[in-house]
Amino acid sequence: MTGGMGIGVSAPRTEDRRFITGRGRYVDDINLRSQQYAWFVRSPHPHAEVRGVDAADALKMPGVTAVLTGADMQADDIGPLPVAWGITSRDGSPAFEPEYPALATDRVRYVGNPVAVVVAESRTQARDAAEMVNVDYEELESMSSATAAMEEGAPLIHEGAPGNMCFDWEWLPAAMAPDARSNTDKAFEEAAHVVSLELVNNRLAPNAMEPRASLADFNPATGQLTLYTTSQNPHVNRLLLCTATLKMPEHKVRVVAPDVGGGFGSKIYHYAEELTVCWASRRLRVPVKWTAERSESFLADAQGRDHVTRVELALDADAHFTGMRVDTVANLGGWLSAFGPAIPTVFYAPLLAGVYRTPNIYVTVKGVFTNTTPTDAYRGAGRPEACYAVERAVDEAAVQIGMDPAELRRRNFIQPDEFPYQSPVGQLYDSGDFEGCLDLARELNGYEEFAERRRQSQARGKLRGRGMCFYIEACGAAPSQAAGQLGARAGLYEVATVRVHPSGSVQVLTGAHSHGQSHETTFAQIVAERLGIDFGNVEIVHGDTGEIPFGMGTYGSRSLAVGGTALYKALDKVEEKGRKIAAHLLEAEAADIEFTDGQFRVAGTDRAVPFGDVALAAYVPHNYPLQELEPGLEETAFFDPENFTFPSGCYICEVEVDRQTGEVELCDFVAADDFGNIINPMVVEGQVHGGLAQGIGQALLEHCRYTPEGQLLSGSYMDYCMPRADDLPNFVVATRCTPTPFNPLGVKGCGEAGAIGAPPAVINAVLDALRPLGVTHIDMPATPQAVWQAIQAAQSGD
Amino acid sequence: MREFNYYRAGSVRDAAKRLGASGNAMLLAGGMTLLPALKMRLNEPGELIDLAGIDELRGVKLTRKGAHIGATTTHAEVAGNVELRAAVPVLPHAAESIGDPQVRNRGTLGGSLANNDPAADYPAVALALGATIFTNKRKISADDFFVGMFETALGRGEVVTQVLFPKPQRAGYAKFPNPATRYALVGVCVAQFKTGVRVAVTGAGASVYRLPEFEDALDADFSEVALDGLTASAANLNDDMHAGADYRAHLVSVMARRAVSLALD
Amino acid sequence: MDATVSFTLNGKNVSAETTGATLLVDLLRNHFGLTGAHVGCDTSQCGACVIHVDGVSVKSCTMLAAQADGSTVETIEGLAANGELHPVQQAFHEHHALQCGFCTPGMIMSAVDLLRRNPRPSEVEVRDWLEGNMCRCTGYHNIVKAVRAAAVAMGEQAS
Repeated sequence: MTGGMGIGVSAPRTEDRRFITGRGRYVDDINLRSQQYAWFVRSPHPHAEVRGVDAADALKMPGVTAVLTGADMQADDIGPLPVAWGITSRDGSPAFEPEYPALATDRVRYVGNPVAVVVAESRTQARDAAEMVNVDYEELESMSSATAAMEEGAPLIHEGAPGNMCFDWEWLPAAMAPDARSNTDKAFEEAAHVVSLELVNNRLAPNAMEPRASLADFNPATGQLTLYTTSQNPHVNRLLLCTATLKMPEHKVRVVAPDVGGGFGSKIYHYAEELTVCWASRRLRVPVKWTAERSESFLADAQGRDHVTRVELALDADAHFTGMRVDTVANLGGWLSAFGPAIPTVFYAPLLAGVYRTPNIYVTVKGVFTNTTPTDAYRGAGRPEACYAVERAVDEAAVQIGMDPAELRRRNFIQPDEFPYQSPVGQLYDSGDFEGCLDLARELNGYEEFAERRRQSQARGKLRGRGMCFYIEACGAAPSQAAGQLGARAGLYEVATVRVHPSGSVQVLTGAHSHGQSHETTFAQIVAERLGIDFGNVEIVHGDTGEIPFGMGTYGSRSLAVGGTALYKALDKVEEKGRKIAAHLLEAEAADIEFTDGQFRVAGTDRAVPFGDVALAAYVPHNYPLQELEPGLEETAFFDPENFTFPSGCYICEVEVDRQTGEVELCDFVAADDFGNIINPMVVEGQVHGGLAQGIGQALLEHCRYTPEGQLLSGSYMDYCMPRADDLPNFVVATRCTPTPFNPLGVKGCGEAGAIGAPPAVINAVLDALRPLGVTHIDMPATPQAVWQAIQAAQSGD
Repeated sequence: MREFNYYRAGSVRDAAKRLGASGNAMLLAGGMTLLPALKMRLNEPGELIDLAGIDELRGVKLTRKGAHIGATTTHAEVAGNVELRAAVPVLPHAAESIGDPQVRNRGTLGGSLANNDPAADYPAVALALGATIFTNKRKISADDFFVGMFETALGRGEVVTQVLFPKPQRAGYAKFPNPATRYALVGVCVAQFKTGVRVAVTGAGASVYRLPEFEDALDADFSEVALDGLTASAANLNDDMHAGADYRAHLVSVMARRAVSLALD
Repeated sequence: MDATVSFTLNGKNVSAETTGATLLVDLLRNHFGLTGAHVGCDTSQCGACVIHVDGVSVKSCTMLAAQADGSTVETIEGLAANGELHPVQQAFHEHHALQCGFCTPGMIMSAVDLLRRNPRPSEVEVRDWLEGNMCRCTGYHNIVKAVRAAAVAMGEQAS
């Protein structure tokens, strides 16, 4: 009945056809009559006073309509870019939240900080004119690293943030406050072994292949603004445009996120550029379009990670973890991006228990301003950083006490009968089978035969190493009340409408947004399964606030766990109403109607009416219980989860290092994940592959490098090293399943797993290869030069 | 890009005349380095003179003297040339390591040499093989051709027409690619002739250069072992975020050994 | 500065007025409305803009429209013949070789060129060939799989 494409089937994707034939419709593919083009004047300095903007020469350039500045924006009462999450320092004071104007008014705080915008008839004209805008900058001292920003006498970036400290935070979840600190200290005093590591989590550029773009169209006749924009969450953008920045009522603003070429977090936020084109369109009465060049994306898209962390792990004589201390400095950039303060705190610290029964954990995080592009969520968002700290420390402990790293992990696992498990850092883990995943990964890796493979590598002159990681993450943000208590300024539910047409075909309007995640296919599978109708008769509509009631969008691996559940709940309502209609048609009691395989049936009889007939009756209510029931068949559900979901998994990889050049070759990578129930295995595997590639990229290739002052050195693909096909191996991926009890689908989410688990697995493998040469530490990315230098230093006895 | 005039030349003479007459015209062959530079506005020519329509500039011919390769012959054409693979295999091997397939489909030998990017592959091969660069005006030996970073001996109005690569007894090119660009972080070409061994390095310095010490050692004994104990100097080598001068110097000796090994294969 | 360029575009003779500095990708996208070729970078590296000119794959962001005068241009939009997907397109669909779809047109056009030269590429050969095409979604695993599956399918079709 489902067309063979129900839940659990690797259905080929519905959305593919338009992409493989070149008929996708991305923002830059959309052109409106009379549209003009925006080009941003950006600060070339990491830190400077803006003493004046002289647009006279630019305005004389051909085709130029306007040059607009921060002062113009202020005059029009445009609000600053909002911070969506408030964090409270340990002394009870709120994090310092500077007012972040879309176009700088008095000071620029990173290279690329927008100062003005030129609107012209062509993109080239706008760009040419932008070069003629004279900005009078008074350069100020600056720095790019958070540790430098914390030093005594460092230049001050925001007057309101002494020491460049945005917040100084400690994590004392209600369950164990206020004793976390003293209990943890005590564990260390009594420890048989203590491991201590200083780790750098390298800054990354998300690099969705489609650069950001926005096209705003204000209609003066109706007062209606339509914004086409590269967004993971068009409703959130509308919310922020309407309530915080542009200040228009929601019914006058339509935000469309059409086909979007990848996001990975970077397209969550309400950015300066999309606000500016909306405002410019309203002000100039013409459609205004902006499309980023890649080199602009490197400056203007929120970047990820950038932590310096001291992690310490205490073990008793039996190699049980007894305590962990984590102290992190997080680089927030020159301003706060929307979730900038939340990522290194509430999306980070609560995952620091990993999959282990460590009873005492104490975490402190300092959020620091620097003269760099603001940081925010990038695939994994806080959880890769947490996983890296835990899994590097665990591996180091295994080395120190001379134990097999798999065995050490096994000894400390939370056991299957302990779920739901209350971790000391505040999470209630839903389910998991860590030993099962470990065994599966070991089997896929051929764990026992490693020594032989190492010998073979040696015979070819290569150093072979193996690394392991066990991650757990929190997906499906979020229980709104819990998030609210932690400082969230929005709800985090999701919304779905199921619209059954008279013919029985179905449209789903979902607030989740697919920019590669395959919702058009997987959500349709859920509908096909539930209603017993053909998969081809279901259409998933997303990405348009004009069509979809509401939604919070797609990030944090939440679409299925939260959005899919909203859909499930809406389908419950459809089924319930259908049951009443069927009861009427079958002259039976609703309580006696069963719904299976697309048939409403009087239980225990062969009297049945198909779903399509019920739909038709709802719209042609000639024979219909109109006294009790409205005609029509369309239901909406909002779903707010009671908990996060907790995917987990074990990754094992092997590398070969060329000791002459320092080159690391990834030979094998196996992933054994637990995502709970799976709707479409092929799509899930694809998500894992992509996550792994980004995690491996972080470990071996990628790094946003700045000069100490804050000039971005890796500002294009000439210097920022993107993973390519020949950098990666084939992946071996498999799953085990412990369904989450916290949603009816039993699903957990799979989008970020690979990016979370891969970095420590790879670095553990690189160190395993290099240890025989005396190398004990290496930071990401382990580039050929970094590996060579580490070998040199170890060999020379440094 | 800033606007410019596009002109498709009908002959070398036509191109040279046009180039000489204009104050700010540039030659366009494959455009694989020129067009990206123009997009970044690093150059703002008034006119581009396209050489693509000139048939005489294209093609590979083998003679007793070696391989004659026309200036606008693409990297893909060199890489795929069956005769070259047999006669001077180092050339197609090096051509195959340039850029990516789409770059090889359009990028040209003459363009690469005339641009003299410090990290380009062809200059190392041309210098190691002692190539002769023919222009519309004269012929220039590779030893004289590469002057400095993005700088050659070409004068105003001078157009590279073809390159003669003498056939070595043995040769190998080993490249350690920059992980981001895939240009040569360090590339070393080693070629043995009856008259002696030539070793040329690209990627490491401001421009391609020879390694006399390595050449002497290989003259005495053309083997990897002959290079034992030899190190390349880090003085004046490129130093950037991908590789410091000392790492580059180290890679020079590693790649030299690998080039010898490839030559002996 | 304006000049007329004429070429064969997906089997049809076309011409357009253009300037010297107009890139081929911009002409295709903005003048001919063929938005399948995408611009993902400004350094000629990402390969989202790959099309065929005179039968070989090129980056249309690194070619002037004027350079295409007199040539044969084929874009992703012209690849499916009479609505029937090319085997590479079909394989991308069957093996889930695309997610967001942005790199896909360039990736497919590049792969078609590979299979024309090398009808049975090894995994290593596919990975090497795709050096000029970046994908941020798939980790390339399924792309490599799809290209090799397409090779098999095309081999079967031919025999």
